[in-house]
Amino acid sequence: MKQFRAFIKKEWFHIFRDRKTVFILFGMPVIQILIFGFALTNEVKNANIAVLDYSKDAKSIQLIQKIDASKYFDVYSSLNRASDIDKVLKSGKVKMVIVVPQGFTQSLEAKHKVSIQLIADASDPNFATTLFNYGTSIINDFQKQYFIEKIPLVVTPEIRMLYNPQLKGAFNFVPGVMAMVLMLVSTMMTSIAIVKEKELGTMEVLLASPLRPLLIIISKTIPYLFLSLINITTILLLSVFVLDLPINGSVFLLVILSMLFAITCLSLGILISSSTNSQQVAMLISLMGLFLPTIMLSGFMFPIENMPLPMQFISNLVPAKWYFYIVKDVMIKGLGIGSIWKEVLVLFGMTIFFLVISIKKFKLYLS
Amino acid sequence: MSKLANNEREVVISATELTKQFGDFIATNAITFEVFRGEIFGFLGANGAGKTTAMKMLCGLSTPTRGRATVAGFDVSTESEKIKKNIGYMSQKFSLYEDLTVTENIRFYAGIYGLSIPVIKEKTAALLQQLNMKSQKNVLVKALPLGWKQKLAFSIAIIHDPAVVFLDEPTGGVDPITRREFWEMIYAATNRGTTAFVTTHYMDEAEYCNRISIMVDGKIEALGTPADLKSKFNSETMDDVFLKLARNAKRIGD
Repeated sequence: MKQFRAFIKKEWFHIFRDRKTVFILFGMPVIQILIFGFALTNEVKNANIAVLDYSKDAKSIQLIQKIDASKYFDVYSSLNRASDIDKVLKSGKVKMVIVVPQGFTQSLEAKHKVSIQLIADASDPNFATTLFNYGTSIINDFQKQYFIEKIPLVVTPEIRMLYNPQLKGAFNFVPGVMAMVLMLVSTMMTSIAIVKEKELGTMEVLLASPLRPLLIIISKTIPYLFLSLINITTILLLSVFVLDLPINGSVFLLVILSMLFAITCLSLGILISSSTNSQQVAMLISLMGLFLPTIMLSGFMFPIENMPLPMQFISNLVPAKWYFYIVKDVMIKGLGIGSIWKEVLVLFGMTIFFLVISIKKFKLYLS
Repeated sequence: MSKLANNEREVVISATELTKQFGDFIATNAITFEVFRGEIFGFLGANGAGKTTAMKMLCGLSTPTRGRATVAGFDVSTESEKIKKNIGYMSQKFSLYEDLTVTENIRFYAGIYGLSIPVIKEKTAALLQQLNMKSQKNVLVKALPLGWKQKLAFSIAIIHDPAVVFLDEPTGGVDPITRREFWEMIYAATNRGTTAFVTTHYMDEAEYCNRISIMVDGKIEALGTPADLKSKFNSETMDDVFLKLARNAKRIGD
């Protein structure tokens, strides 16, 4: 126990005396949450659009005002000629053009039917689709509001976005950022910290001391596990109080399962450190071999369902994928352990697998 | 502490046909020798001769394939935990934590050897006094000159008064004066009853040892006092002895 205390104390010195380490540990989670929460969002907010209104009558002006007033769109310019549409879209200043035909009010009242054209810049297809959906729903809304008493009841499909009614991007990013930060802290920092001892030759001295090898590894990882807990807390607090994301499920369950993922990451870090003797290699493996797949294949940036089959298969090997499901289910859908036990079991299995290989490799290193 | 008269005959390290084999490669080939209490034993050999492997086995870091060895009375194959409590180890890299201060390094190593807090305090004060480093006690180790790091590393390696201290090329990259001072520290430690097991590449240092062994291709080819070896091999210097033996080596150093 005395040995353990002395060791942990030393680890704290290592961590807090290196500014870069402190920055990665405490700055990164906050910065990532803020970047993903505010800057890197694919939500549509105040998108600039242009309007080409051939009618300029009472109803068409009302419709355009309604669109402008919504928080999704800002009418950036009014066009006069059809030839301007291409120009304004190419300039990139507006993402969509709404074309209202001549005699808008008249057609509506006489024929109860009028076509409005939405022309979107589909160089980013997802964004264009979102704009189109929002635009359509505003127009439908307008139609109902003004003609409900005149037209017979029309059946209109109503779409409800479950669990995330405002379609907030943060719902997707927060679990992703949690996975990334835990990967950074637990896998990269731990593997570097252990390999550093090998590189500096202190590991030899530690191994020749009465410290048991297992105790050395445990003492090296415990501080990072503790820091992971702090990071999980910070991220959850930020997402609740800054990004306005509610935690729908049990906070306790979320934290416990996040710790499980942190331990999975730690065991990966130990595995990496048992396979190399150089800090740079450890960092490269962590970044290229783990960080990148975490971003690409966990479902956090790109939906797994859209990937080609081989990629879908590979994504199963990425621990972050399973954690990503867990966080989404617990945090956003508010589900309990009953619905995520499979994911939990997978993470558990992966952890044991990594640890067993690490121990085998470590024994080889010793003999 | 007074030196006991029969110190010389008390066996501290004993190796019998100690062998380590990796696949077809025999790194250490049936070496047999004894080291006595308070002795400075030089363990020489070209790179790749099998010194490091032999030393690892004696430190309890690696189990022998064949043969047996005891260190401080404990068997290396079965009692490595007990051996580790009774040895000190200093590597050629000095193995101090650069981002820790002098005091923190001393306390850490004393701590992992399980010394109690009052003993650690007492030892730290004595060590700083002895090394004349009181004013540097709160300086980060990375700011110290190489020679100081080396002396500090040695003092830390023997902080728990081990029966044997293993020194793996302890004087690499240090100037001759500091090397001389360092050897004085080794003498002081051996006078207190600690046994020093030293590997080195400097043949002038080999002269400082009580006895030396020279390994060639995994076997001990010569063992004796420096004077004995010189007369046996008809040589003026240890350098010459070493060259005569090592020239026959078939393995290429790594």
